[in-house]
Amino acid sequence: MSGHITEIVVFTALFALVSGMGFVASRWRRADDLASLNEWGLGGRNFGSWITWFLVGGDLYTAYTFVAVPALLFGAGAMGFFAVPYTVIVYPLVMLILIRLWSVSHVHGLVTPADFVRARFGSPTLALLVAITGIVATMPYIALQLVGIEAVLKTMGVSGDLPLIIAFAILAAYTYQSGLRAPALIAFVKDTLIYVVILVAIIYIPARLGGWGAIFDAAQAKFDATPAPGDGILLNANNQLQYVTLALGSALALFLYPHSVTGVLASKNRDVIKRNMSALPAYSLLLGLIALLGYMAIAAGVTPIGRDVNTVVPQLFDRMFPDWFAGVAFAAVGIGALVPAAIMSIAAANLFTRNIYREYIRPDATDAQEASVSKITSLVVKVGAVLFILLIDPQFSIDLQLIGGVIILQTLPSITLGLFSRWFHRAGLIAGWVAGMSAGMVLLYNISNPAIDHAHFGGSAFPLEKLGLDTKMTVYAGFLALIVNLVFAVLGTLIARAAKVADGPDATRPDDYYADAGDPKLRDLEISGST
Amino acid sequence: MDAPRSDRNPWYWLLVVPVVVPLIPALFNSIEPRLFGIPLFYWLQLLFILLSVAVTLLVHWRTRA
Repeated sequence: MSGHITEIVVFTALFALVSGMGFVASRWRRADDLASLNEWGLGGRNFGSWITWFLVGGDLYTAYTFVAVPALLFGAGAMGFFAVPYTVIVYPLVMLILIRLWSVSHVHGLVTPADFVRARFGSPTLALLVAITGIVATMPYIALQLVGIEAVLKTMGVSGDLPLIIAFAILAAYTYQSGLRAPALIAFVKDTLIYVVILVAIIYIPARLGGWGAIFDAAQAKFDATPAPGDGILLNANNQLQYVTLALGSALALFLYPHSVTGVLASKNRDVIKRNMSALPAYSLLLGLIALLGYMAIAAGVTPIGRDVNTVVPQLFDRMFPDWFAGVAFAAVGIGALVPAAIMSIAAANLFTRNIYREYIRPDATDAQEASVSKITSLVVKVGAVLFILLIDPQFSIDLQLIGGVIILQTLPSITLGLFSRWFHRAGLIAGWVAGMSAGMVLLYNISNPAIDHAHFGGSAFPLEKLGLDTKMTVYAGFLALIVNLVFAVLGTLIARAAKVADGPDATRPDDYYADAGDPKLRDLEISGST
Repeated sequence: MDAPRSDRNPWYWLLVVPVVVPLIPALFNSIEPRLFGIPLFYWLQLLFILLSVAVTLLVHWRTRA
């Protein structure tokens, strides 16, 4: 620990700075009072292009991404680069979807994706399923942010759980006080730090390691030497399908996560969202460069601490940078964990409040009651995430993240397709959800990973030969599960219609999906949300 | 509101290009040609980001209300 004093001092100072900002954030763009979900949970629904860019970016590109994606390249090679096509295709893919969700949410005052499902399909049961899916998928995601902080702490030689608990307690306190304004404000600092660190890293480190050519040669030499057939700096015939379906499936899943929806709904008009869809890929470039840190770690001869491959990037920084700058880099990762963790806990809390508390426990809850329930739930969610990390092996939590991606994808027919079509019957969607979720679990259960001694839940690449196909190809489990889901949703809808099962009422009208700020029907919200 | 709003605009179809192109491994699954020592696999996929930005900007610009 003595060799890391400078790093620890710089890390702690920057961490303290942003914590202060988190508490002050409640005064930023101040509302009359924070006692409503529109204010606490969506920042007044009034964020412009810049704030939305930082907020959504800070939200989607998390500390975990920055640590785990290079770790994946470090371990498996080209397969880990899927994160780049994934974040390239996601924006054009969701541009049309999200502006429709923004419009209908503003007309009807919706806060969560489950709110939309409730209004569109008139089914509290389906909305409950969507809400629970969202909460369950988000929890391990928050826990993974802690894994990012933990990797940094380990590298600085800080051991024990106490520092982690303190960091999260501070986070919990300012999220409680300031709501979505806190991560929105901190996101500026976080991204500035990360951009500086990465730009320095991709210029300075390759120069020290003998250039890009040498880095890729070292990576190739490492993968050639391993017995594993799937790794290498290029894809092979068997994992190309996995690469493509994982990129596509992850892109479809990204904006089903409640926290990404929160960031989008907080923007002030449709134009802000469209503009952001072309500006957010700047983060993809950053992510692509960060991914290559995994190969730099190979070239630099870094080995993981214990079996925790998430420590390779922090260790690369520790070895390559002067102490003070390594401290800055560690702070960037640590603060990078706080922003998404705050937004995720707010989104999960909103889901609980709107779709469980208000639907089933107190239907007549006032705005102020909703806000206070959300604030308390956000604390509970964070305590849950901390327990998760303290009690469960980190390797296991990463598996849960994979499961999270597979299960959130099962809400696609209700949310994404629901935004475009009212064709599905609520009974069909419920049948599809159940079938897709079951199929996903069965597939994941049957994926083994000998490298980490897991016979089950060992990853997301499902070997097609287990379905009796004569091939060594693998495919993303979430993608197969989604196909099952869609088949059942279509069949269920046809059966329900043939049997004349009552369908739920649709509270939305076609032109609700095009409404923009300034339209007469949005007036109510603008008054209640004005600053 | 004058005319009823709509998201029907042929320009939106252009968004298909940056979604499909990065999902064709045959285009980029190769080491050569290298750029600054970086294999094609890596630099071309990073270049697709610019394609995506260009297309979404164009679509945004052509569909502005």
